[in-house]
Amino acid sequence: MLVLGIESSCDETGVALYSTDAGGGLLAHALHSQVRMHEDYGGVVPELASRDHVRRLVPLLRQVLADSGCSLAEIGAVAYTQGPGLAGALLVGAAFAEALAASLGVPTLPVHHLEGHLLSPLLSRNPPRFPFVALLVSGGHSQLMRVVGVGEYELMGETLDDAAGEAFDKTAKLLGLGYPGGPALATLAERGRRDEVRLPRPMLKSGDLNFSFSGLKTAVVTRVRELGAVSDQQRADIARGFQDAIVEVLVSKALRAVSESGLQQLVVAGGVGANRELRRQLDAHSATARIAVFYPELEFCTDNGAMIALAGALRTQAGVPAKPAGAFAVRPRWPLTDT
Amino acid sequence: MNLLAIETSTELGSIAVWREGELLSRVCPATLAHSETLLPLISATLREAGLGFADLHGIAFAAGPGSFTGLRVACGVAQGLAFALDLPVIPVGTLDAMALASGSERVIVMLDARMGEVYYGLFSQGLPLAPVVVCQPSAVPIPDSPGWHACGNGLVAYPALRQRLAACVHLWQPELVPDAGAVARLAAPRLARGEGVDAADATPLYVRNKVALTVAERLARGGKA
Ligand SMILES: Nc1ncnc2c1ncn2[C@@H]1O[C@H](COP(=O)(O)OP(=O)(O)O)[C@@H](O)[C@H]1O
Repeated sequence: MLVLGIESSCDETGVALYSTDAGGGLLAHALHSQVRMHEDYGGVVPELASRDHVRRLVPLLRQVLADSGCSLAEIGAVAYTQGPGLAGALLVGAAFAEALAASLGVPTLPVHHLEGHLLSPLLSRNPPRFPFVALLVSGGHSQLMRVVGVGEYELMGETLDDAAGEAFDKTAKLLGLGYPGGPALATLAERGRRDEVRLPRPMLKSGDLNFSFSGLKTAVVTRVRELGAVSDQQRADIARGFQDAIVEVLVSKALRAVSESGLQQLVVAGGVGANRELRRQLDAHSATARIAVFYPELEFCTDNGAMIALAGALRTQAGVPAKPAGAFAVRPRWPLTDT
Repeated sequence: MNLLAIETSTELGSIAVWREGELLSRVCPATLAHSETLLPLISATLREAGLGFADLHGIAFAAGPGSFTGLRVACGVAQGLAFALDLPVIPVGTLDAMALASGSERVIVMLDARMGEVYYGLFSQGLPLAPVVVCQPSAVPIPDSPGWHACGNGLVAYPALRQRLAACVHLWQPELVPDAGAVARLAAPRLARGEGVDAADATPLYVRNKVALTVAERLARGGKA
């Protein structure tokens, strides 16, 4: 069966076609990122995000049809992100998906955004096999999950406040690095000196697998204030101090989650997974811990339509009934445990 | 020629099926969100009209102004249907359709825009005299002739509009609401003239376009980045 996937939960519009047939898999996927548009505003403006999705969906759908050589008539179901995310943005994708499916006479597959993220490593050239532990670290989420199979996810730990990417972005903003400043902060940290600025490791010894990152940001504010005028080197030192602290916590908790679960595979998903220091540390520890660490290609790590098509397809294969196209409702707040 | 019209600019949604000049209009159940009611109502009304999706020649929707979310639900549904069925989309101004529904020749349409503002449009014999604007009730343009028909829930939200427009208005109709039937009646001749657009180009007409301040603007106003 050919599944169309549509993602519009935040600031990326994604459309993809996934085939469950033998020799199928991901046939095409296309993405439009709004990051540039929101840059001037210093963050995602929900109303502008919704407006942009309206403009992008049809051209992206045309593109995946052209790239795959498929026709609309071949589509057997339409998967789309039902939540969580920005209500207005979700509604655009949902309305389009449901109407498209209704007029094609096919059912829909409303998908949980995080389920998409948890299954997306399977799209990778070097995919893990069930079961695995996933460290999901993005601008909106920081979680450790045990992924047993399709629809079988167990939350092991999560952030109690800011997401890891959010902490990177907020700290970058404090250091005057623009938005979203996570990558710029990571680059600056490469020039920072080790232990020049030593910041707390929040919840490192909490005994559980939860995170808390908002205190780190406050620690940076305090340090910047203490220093008064900050030189370029000092800024780099602060960036380094921040990155070392957050990476140490992420690595320590991720390894602990793997060992507690008794599994051998760790998958790192989400935009923060691109962080080089995080990868260096995880790789360094994986040999001694005898585990395999997977970093899916970035295009599948950040928000995309492919993971939504995949999640829809795998759910159908697992026997989850599709929904008749028609009435729909988005779920901006939606715990994964409630799927 | 058969066409479907969708109107969800306000919380009172409706749809209409235009079948070879005959109009079948239905109102969305009021207690539920448009997302819950719109597509089921479309299917049921098409069935009632004896039509299937494949019998349609175009999809019209009330493009705005109105509730941003409502406009996007209508636009998203129109895009989805039109793209799947390979049909043109006919975006129709929400106030244009209200002017038609009023039945008068010279009409002032005012829709509550929230945030202390009103969407305002002037129509003469079905044509807009100027682009629709959003402004405070105290700033709406006053026509320089008498005999106008004023309508729309802007009059309910802002009673001060009555004083401001008293000299030129002879008929008040605050209870006139947007309706898909009028959208269909405006869209039908446009569709016949080949004025539909591609689904990719169908977009809401928000009118209120400044929705956030950039970092530079916030700083210029003495705010924080
Ligand atoms: N090299 C990096 N180091 C740290 N953070 C990064 C890096 N690259 C990207 N990020 C962060 O990843 C986040 C974006 O990831 P993404 O998965 O698209 O998240 P979301 O869609 O939830 O915003 C941003 O917060 C960004 O700053």
